[in-house]
Amino acid sequence: MKKKVIILLTIFLALSLSFCGKQPTYKHQSIKYIDTGVNPDTWVLIPKGRFYAGQFLKETDINYDYKIMLTDVTNQMFADYLNKALSEGKIKVKNGKVLGYYKGEKYYGFRHELKIPEGDNYPYFHLDEPGVRIRYENGKFVVDKGFENHPATVVTWFGANAYCQSIGGDLPTEMEWEKAARGNTKYSYPWGDDIDKEYANYNFSQKEIREKVFGVDFQITTPVGFFNGKTYNGFETKKSVSPYGLYDMGGNVWQWVKDRYPKMSDRFMKGGSFRNYDIYLRIWFRNSAQPQYGGIDVGFRCVKRPEGVEINFDEE
Amino acid sequence: MNFLKERINYLFTSTKGLVLVAISMISLVTAIWGTLSGPMVEWGVKDITVRLLGMKLLPIQREGRIIMLYHTIALAVVAIEVYFMTSILPMKKRQKVSINGTITVGYLTAMIFGLWFAYFGHNFVFHGLFLVGQALVFYAGLQLAAALWPWKEEYKVKDNAYAHTKKGYDLERIAFFTMTIATLGSASFGAVVGSYWGNGHQTFLAENLIRMAHKTPLQLAIIGHLHIMLTLVAVAITLIVGRWFDFKGIFHKIAMPLMISGTIVITLGVWMVVPFELIAHTIIYVGSVLVMLAALMLVIFAWDKLIREGIAESGKKGFWAKIKALLRDPIKFGPFWQMVFMNFTVSGVGIFMAVKLDEFFRVWPFREERITLTGHWHVLSGLIATIILMYYADIVGLKGKVRKWFGWILIIGSDIAFASATVFSLKRLSVKMYNDEPITAKTMVLMDIGLGAVLVILAILLLWKLFDLFKNKGVWRKEYESPELEVNKTTPEVEKEV
Repeated sequence: MKKKVIILLTIFLALSLSFCGKQPTYKHQSIKYIDTGVNPDTWVLIPKGRFYAGQFLKETDINYDYKIMLTDVTNQMFADYLNKALSEGKIKVKNGKVLGYYKGEKYYGFRHELKIPEGDNYPYFHLDEPGVRIRYENGKFVVDKGFENHPATVVTWFGANAYCQSIGGDLPTEMEWEKAARGNTKYSYPWGDDIDKEYANYNFSQKEIREKVFGVDFQITTPVGFFNGKTYNGFETKKSVSPYGLYDMGGNVWQWVKDRYPKMSDRFMKGGSFRNYDIYLRIWFRNSAQPQYGGIDVGFRCVKRPEGVEINFDEE
Repeated sequence: MNFLKERINYLFTSTKGLVLVAISMISLVTAIWGTLSGPMVEWGVKDITVRLLGMKLLPIQREGRIIMLYHTIALAVVAIEVYFMTSILPMKKRQKVSINGTITVGYLTAMIFGLWFAYFGHNFVFHGLFLVGQALVFYAGLQLAAALWPWKEEYKVKDNAYAHTKKGYDLERIAFFTMTIATLGSASFGAVVGSYWGNGHQTFLAENLIRMAHKTPLQLAIIGHLHIMLTLVAVAITLIVGRWFDFKGIFHKIAMPLMISGTIVITLGVWMVVPFELIAHTIIYVGSVLVMLAALMLVIFAWDKLIREGIAESGKKGFWAKIKALLRDPIKFGPFWQMVFMNFTVSGVGIFMAVKLDEFFRVWPFREERITLTGHWHVLSGLIATIILMYYADIVGLKGKVRKWFGWILIIGSDIAFASATVFSLKRLSVKMYNDEPITAKTMVLMDIGLGAVLVILAILLLWKLFDLFKNKGVWRKEYESPELEVNKTTPEVEKEV
């Protein structure tokens, strides 16, 4: 009996220990550069009018034309922005974070709500997050080789918001994002109702993308515009764009949207990521996190609205 | 013809047969629908199932499908608990027959047509039949409540070892009655809201609402409904297992008032969630403590009983002899171990989340918090299922090595799976996203191994019962001839009269 108990305890201990251990130190990696032929510095016009919003296809109107980026903001675009902002004194680097200004928000004192007063110490970007593809070297932000045209990740909502405003734009609202993703269709995914490995970078395609396309064994984004019908090292893709031709509206990285609601601090993300099952890529699905969060599977794109169209959540 | 008649009579009129049918139905649904998610999708099994059965799975309808699936399985579990109750609790024969008949037709109708509606094209006639099935289950619950009415002379406790009021009314029966009434009320809490909300079939999963500061009354009610129903299923199985072990004495006398008051407090707390959301949580915590203390009394009683019986059998003394006595029968040790284990994988996780919500969980993305939430209540459902299976293994008379193998595989397999699920869901506490794949892979494999082992032994048990049905003098015949569960009832002499 004693022997059996000792054997069982040993197995239990061994199993428990197998879960422990120090986290490996993160080292920046290089990969081969893949040119998708898609220019991320391209804007697409979304005409005003009605569209079907959400899971239950609620007819919704957006009464102004707006432009949205063809792809997510890339690492190179974001690094260029950081370098410019640094040289202008708009951001600073401190304790592995890039910090910058935010105008602040009304505080309601509700449960779990964060106080967000005006200040210039809001995290824009987490340089210390394992999996980050931009590093800070000799006073400059540098992108890891091969990741230049991959979506910028580990950017917080504050950082994404600041980037978009720096180019005269803004983060899209959830409705602007959904309209850009769905057009006038009733699709579940930006390209239709089917999903498989060749449509997007998500949970089921991730293994093949790592092995066939990049020959690596770590979690990886795909360059923006990757799913364009081309074949990369034997990995076939379908041109899985939204009805307006937008790339990466499902999978690859979550995309921050502008919306915020009274009494809650979380900001929303849309589109699902390379870490997720297909259900999270459905157009209406929302993820959320606090605005200072920056994950390796979270990116963004921007919109530009016509003059006179103001989106102000403070008034709600 | 007689061949078929006898077997149908066994399966649909005896308690043991009815439980077998319900467990088989749940197993069948689990086996088929289990191929639609997780690694089965990656392995291509989902596509085969979908093609073979002609399922229609539109992404837009996923939440509705899942809600239907949860309901059909839950209704069958409720039916099993009702079968147990009508057998172990004294009541009139006609009441028992009517309750069992109604709930059987009810859950089968709801299950068959609910799944047909959800997964095979939206034929609204089937949705109607699903509602008919649910209504029948509810009606069976009303009958059960009437049959359990505890304030009757004939249901007074005669043996002072069982908890009772000063006037002799059976506190355990009151606990069963309270749980039944609470379940009926809580089912209505979901049904009324569901009928309103279901108008247009705009379904949602409660776990997708967790961070919304403002929830509509309907959303709050649905969140309350699903929590209280699972809690009451757990309360019911605790009471049932208590009767299986002839729970009595001082611990019974402490436990039953705790269980009654706990059930009432939790239920009222949940019902108050719509108008008084903030205070409702505190009330629910108080009720949970009472119910968990009642369960603790049962665990102490049962383990003490197992040790005493084992020691008496072996004649040995000392610490190891006691441990051996406790562990000698996994089928009887298991239910209470699972109740203890629940504290690490369900209650503990819940309390930890509540305490550290702002420090950890709200710092993570919503999706990660959602995984922890859904994980811990799936584990609770799984633990309840293993306890039911252990009782069933005892009912069908598993003996000797088969009993030990079945029991230990069930305990170890499920606990490995549930512990791994808990580690998986809390992994962000110890590992950053970029480095989490090794822990994800390990926990996934352990979950698959654990659940796989449980499903294999369950399949073997059911196949044995299936083949046994073809034998003329199989075990089924003994069960048919002695259809009721052998327990010491709190009011045994009343049973003789009715």
